[in-house]
Amino acid sequence: MANLAAVVGIGQTSYTTKREDVSIAGLVREAAVNALEDADLTWNDIDAVILGKAPDMFEGVIMPEVYLTDALGCNGKPMIRVHTAGSVGGSTALVAASHVQSGMFKRVLTVSFEKQSESNAMWALSNPQPFSTHLNAGAGGYFAPIIREYLRRSNAPYDAGIKVAVKDRLHGARNPLAHLQKPDITMQEVEESFMLWDPLRYLECCPSSDGACAMVIADEELAKKSPKPPAWIRGVAMRSEPTMYAGRNEVNPQAGRDCAADVYKQAGVSNPRKDFDCAEVYVPFSWYEPMWLENLGFAPEGEGWKLTMEGATSLDENGDIPWNCSGGVLSSNPIGASGMIRFAEVARQVRGDAGEHQVDGAKLALGHAYGGGAQFFAMWVVGSQKS
Amino acid sequence: MSEEEQEMITKVEAPVYLKYNFTAGSAPTRFLAQIKKGVLAGQRCPKCLAVYIPTRGSCGRCGVPTVEEVELSDKATVQSFTIVSIPIPNNPIEPPFIIANVVPDGANVSFIHLMSECVNEEVHIGQRVQAVWKPEDEWGYSMDNIRYFKPLDEPDVPIELIGKLTVTGEEG
Amino acid sequence: MKEIAIVGYQQSDSRSDAGAVNEVEMIMPVLERTFAQVGINNAQDVDFVCSGSCDYMQGAAFAFVAGVDALGAVPPIKESHVEMDAAWALYESMLKIRMGHADSALIYGFGKSSPGELPIVLSQQLDPYYLAPLWVDTISLAAMQARMMLDQGLITERDMAEVVSRSRRNAMNNPHAQLSGDMSADDVLAQETYVSPLRKGDCCPVSDGASAVVIATVEKAKEWGVPYALISGISHAIETHNMGMRDITDSVSTRIAAERAGMKAGKVDVAQLYAPFSHQEIILTRALGLGDETSINPSGGVLAGNLMMASGLSNIGEVFNRIISGEAERGIAHATSGPCLQHNLVTVLEKAEKA
Repeated sequence: MANLAAVVGIGQTSYTTKREDVSIAGLVREAAVNALEDADLTWNDIDAVILGKAPDMFEGVIMPEVYLTDALGCNGKPMIRVHTAGSVGGSTALVAASHVQSGMFKRVLTVSFEKQSESNAMWALSNPQPFSTHLNAGAGGYFAPIIREYLRRSNAPYDAGIKVAVKDRLHGARNPLAHLQKPDITMQEVEESFMLWDPLRYLECCPSSDGACAMVIADEELAKKSPKPPAWIRGVAMRSEPTMYAGRNEVNPQAGRDCAADVYKQAGVSNPRKDFDCAEVYVPFSWYEPMWLENLGFAPEGEGWKLTMEGATSLDENGDIPWNCSGGVLSSNPIGASGMIRFAEVARQVRGDAGEHQVDGAKLALGHAYGGGAQFFAMWVVGSQKS
Repeated sequence: MSEEEQEMITKVEAPVYLKYNFTAGSAPTRFLAQIKKGVLAGQRCPKCLAVYIPTRGSCGRCGVPTVEEVELSDKATVQSFTIVSIPIPNNPIEPPFIIANVVPDGANVSFIHLMSECVNEEVHIGQRVQAVWKPEDEWGYSMDNIRYFKPLDEPDVPIELIGKLTVTGEEG
Repeated sequence: MKEIAIVGYQQSDSRSDAGAVNEVEMIMPVLERTFAQVGINNAQDVDFVCSGSCDYMQGAAFAFVAGVDALGAVPPIKESHVEMDAAWALYESMLKIRMGHADSALIYGFGKSSPGELPIVLSQQLDPYYLAPLWVDTISLAAMQARMMLDQGLITERDMAEVVSRSRRNAMNNPHAQLSGDMSADDVLAQETYVSPLRKGDCCPVSDGASAVVIATVEKAKEWGVPYALISGISHAIETHNMGMRDITDSVSTRIAAERAGMKAGKVDVAQLYAPFSHQEIILTRALGLGDETSINPSGGVLAGNLMMASGLSNIGEVFNRIISGEAERGIAHATSGPCLQHNLVTVLEKAEKA
């Protein structure tokens, strides 16, 4: 059995297009210092640092843990660098948790970041490779056809994506750290925004952000002594499948379903919509909310959009299962950190420390991240109670 | 100079140029040698028998090398698509244009390519299409030998059969 | 705490240019041999898979994604990746087993360094504002380190040449080595200086290749019925990136890692040290306090073939090989990352008690 572990400190930067006032080192340090302050700890209290980020080409720094050692107070300590594509922020949190759950460490710091403004992520994602057709369509060009297939299968109304885009930005307006601040956004504004990759409009896509997120994870004994309520880690799971194989269900990937089943079992969750108080799920394009509602078992296959349209996932409509109360990836997207922000935001919820986007009395919540061609999944369940 | 006079440095330009000798891989090289001759060659997984194009060297499902070569048709079916409204740098194609996942007859996976000579609003899943090739003297070791796919005047493929047609376009 | 064993290890040949094969084609045969050694079919038969690779080796983002295509990951598997040498992937896998979420794990590392100019590529792992724009390559940094040692009288050029000579001779028994032969220290000293004070022989070659290891709980290893060695300790530590702030003629982090891994608890018969430059082997040997009773780099080490992102893992495998063959009872494997030995990992392996 895994040893108990809990999140005892959370730190984030604000998210914005360009953080010109800090270097990469300054960015990660800001999040780390915020997490240490939140936990009322100092650098000396940390036994190891677990760093995550998306491809090195996003900033052009190879294996950046080498350079970030000093900024993260790691001299003489273990440091490890995780990279699992877009799911990396989540995977990094899981690797950090495993340091404590294995009984090998008492208290670790985990940090993930992206400073997209220092390079060109669109180029890094689809830099031309010889011999292949170069369509430079970016992530939207890859995911839009999959979304179209979802629309065909589910017969979802055309504006379910628009609804998600509005809902997550209204959530984001409650979160002072969120990149996009759009308290007055309307369905009409989203609908009239430029169609980039049909059926995805400009406002249905995530922004490109600079930012970092950090957490301190501690063992049971130290967590109990922590000044603020701990968020107990109740389940952890990862799954991967190949990008392409004959018969792959790209709309509703098996890796996502299996990963959810695994983490629910650990946390004793049988009905996710009922058992969870909220969830932070990686939704970089609006339509991925209904798609993941189905993949994660919150709705039957083909009916995820109904929850969205009913307002079940909206804080502002008093939905029963609010998703992405922080504004989600649609409001802030420092790619390598985006998964960890999901994991950290659910920890904030069950600690009762989520400010204006707090779900009243949240006790159990799901954090989710995915990456690659929707093939890498990382999830955790955190609770206000140990079991 | 006092601190308030000092301007903040917010940027250094440090362009990175690195040169690589790119290798496609053995199996992809066989695919590229065929496409240079105007042939779409798939490769079959010895375990699950799925036909991949373009192969990357292995069957992702089974984790084994794809060896047997299978000549495919240049007729294909639209598995899905998107209408793109952003231009491709250094490419003459004007937005809006269509990129589609197409499955050539005889293959079991799709690849991404352009569609043209079509009414964008009428493109649909299950639609039949065919490759429009560049002139033969322009063929190289590249998928770009196919300029784009254009609609065919053939009945749509039922959803459940997409990716399952034989090389002659029949039910597999 | 659960005892963890290493049960399988395979490596590809270390080649200056793997030629036409791409990464997935390089990995598949190594995995196939590893599965055969353990008597399993594919990655479905282990509980966790973790790999180490670096995008910049091949100059494209998401290098590790191709690796997944070599695994047979349908149905989906528990899988993760570090952008580090796969020795750290093994470390992550150890945590997974210790927390009770896996009883076995496959670890693999791969790198094709030949497509790019490796020493130049690696210059971009330096501080992006102050150092990377200077394009200081890894060989030049190591040369400065060697110069400091020579000028301080810590080593002589002959000491370095002897390391090279022993590596080449040891590598004659390693079928996967890239450089081997009966080369004397005098032969090395007769070489022209390459990047002063380093000669070509003092520097590891640029290599392509992959390696894989399977680890498991002792119960699982017994169930599989294959020879195994125990991993009795593993630890790693990083040091400041600012080379002016650490003594680069020593390796403090290696010493810390060895202490935490419990190296001193017994005799060290064999040590596989990741020293890409001859003088670094001397730094490591001294930092670890290894003496004549320890056979250093019997495989030839990375001076005989340097599989970036895999050689640290291979070192663990090489010690495992010597324990199960009865050649050694206890040994250590070392892995490094970053310029001038900035980050170091030490694994202690021991012969299993008779079941």
